[in-house]
Amino acid sequence: MSGKRTMRRLEPAAISGVMSREVANFRTYWRGTTFSSVLEPLVYLLAFGLGLSATLVDEVEGVPYIQFVGTGMVATAVIFSSALPAMFGTFVKHRFQNTYEAILAAPVDVEELVSAEMLWIATRSAVYGCVPLVVTFFWGLDPEPGMLLVPLFAFVTALGFAGFGVAMAATVAKIDQFNYVTALFVTPLFLVAGTFFPIDGLPEGVQIVAQFNPLHQLVELVRGGAFGFEPVDIARFAFLVAFAFATWRVGIRQMRKRLID
Amino acid sequence: MAAIELSGVVKSFGPIKAVNGLDLDVPEGICLGLLGPNGAGKSTTMRLLTGQAIADAGQLRVLGYELPGESKPARAEMGVVPQLDNLDVDVTVEDNLAVYARLYRVKDVGAAVDRCLDLARLHDRRRDAVDKLSGGMRRRLLLARGLVHEPRLVLLDEPTVGLDPQIRTELWTLIGDLKSRGTTILMSTHYIEEAERLADEVAVMHQGRIISRGRPADLIAEHAGRQTAEVYAPPERLAELRVSAESAGLRVRPAGPAIAIVGSERAGDGAVPEDAVVRAATLEDVFVILTGEEAE
Repeated sequence: MSGKRTMRRLEPAAISGVMSREVANFRTYWRGTTFSSVLEPLVYLLAFGLGLSATLVDEVEGVPYIQFVGTGMVATAVIFSSALPAMFGTFVKHRFQNTYEAILAAPVDVEELVSAEMLWIATRSAVYGCVPLVVTFFWGLDPEPGMLLVPLFAFVTALGFAGFGVAMAATVAKIDQFNYVTALFVTPLFLVAGTFFPIDGLPEGVQIVAQFNPLHQLVELVRGGAFGFEPVDIARFAFLVAFAFATWRVGIRQMRKRLID
Repeated sequence: MAAIELSGVVKSFGPIKAVNGLDLDVPEGICLGLLGPNGAGKSTTMRLLTGQAIADAGQLRVLGYELPGESKPARAEMGVVPQLDNLDVDVTVEDNLAVYARLYRVKDVGAAVDRCLDLARLHDRRRDAVDKLSGGMRRRLLLARGLVHEPRLVLLDEPTVGLDPQIRTELWTLIGDLKSRGTTILMSTHYIEEAERLADEVAVMHQGRIISRGRPADLIAEHAGRQTAEVYAPPERLAELRVSAESAGLRVRPAGPAIAIVGSERAGDGAVPEDAVVRAATLEDVFVILTGEEAE
């Protein structure tokens, strides 16, 4: 018998192997996903940005309203392309397709599996998250060097929401229960992010709560990239990194409980 | 060294002991059939061996690795063919294989894919999506996927459950080829014929533990003797015959609409009726006597 092999935690080969499965699958459905990921923010942008700026709001914080919404829509695109695919995709692969049973029979552990799923979703989301920004260029938003950091901001935020989605998928008993998750978490986070209106017009208590909303921090960082950063943006980015780390660990813990008897 | 060594393994789910003091050694190079009725603990045993279930008690060693601590390197050297088809149906045949070659850290992914396509006889379908394949092709692909890294040990979890006879025979041929190459195989099944055809040794599992083990012919000789007499008659007569045979010290088991008097060569005058159909004893007789369950 040959010598014993040793294997480490978080092996890049295991993570890239799981991601290669996602890429192979993505090649079969990228058209539909990309279409909806481009069209949805465009529709929101046209509805809110053009609709409201033509009737009610001309400028917000010295910025044309459509550019205010366009920069904020990055966060909307990120949450919809990370939390929802993580929730539904993870649930379906685990409960209906038995995909994880096959992957975990290979030399891949739950930590590597969850990490790979999060990295893949965040990579996609970082690309889709930039779409609203690019679209807003056509409404007069000037490209700025700070915008080069937007994919990084979107990636880190999407990591956090991917971890959140994985944790939720491992926690709910039935797929219908995602309705509660969407109503209680996703929609409020999306609405109180400062995308469509500045949160400083909200009651003080809501403003304080909004500071703990990762989407709000992302909105502020994207606007920082477009209209000028502030020193507090370092703290905002640190908050997003902490959010991603926390949901990564919670996602792993919940998935381990679900996958290992 | 044995490929698999399990000693005193216990695994409970709430009040249910799925595996209850399991002792099992699988020497290298043999095919061991783990035969048992539904709920005997076969699938839980397979999950314990792949690290997807953690034992409450006992020792588990696979290919020299202690589980669960060294489960990951153990999994790198074993292949698993699951009971349920979990192929990626929208992805091509070759991509399904390539993904698992990467997961198993195979160095030459292209060569491994080609070898598996040969094995599964799917070279001309390599660029087709899996959902375009027939049921038999999918099963062959599933088996080939479990062998993509040329494992020393293969776990086959009910490899032909729910398949039609033709596909089942195709898979038996592939598993036979694998055996002939000296790969160690642990195969759980509740099909008697599958165990008889493929297994060098059979371990009968019931209520979470092994209740008997040996070569099929030895198990038959030990538990069922040489002959079994099957009697087809109305229920009242079957009940009378059963009482008569049992009082003569013979073992009787249900056999669908009939009863089977096991070890009928030892029967005295009158214990076996003249209209009985006498046949050679089988592993099915052993299975039903030991587990009390009807075989499939």
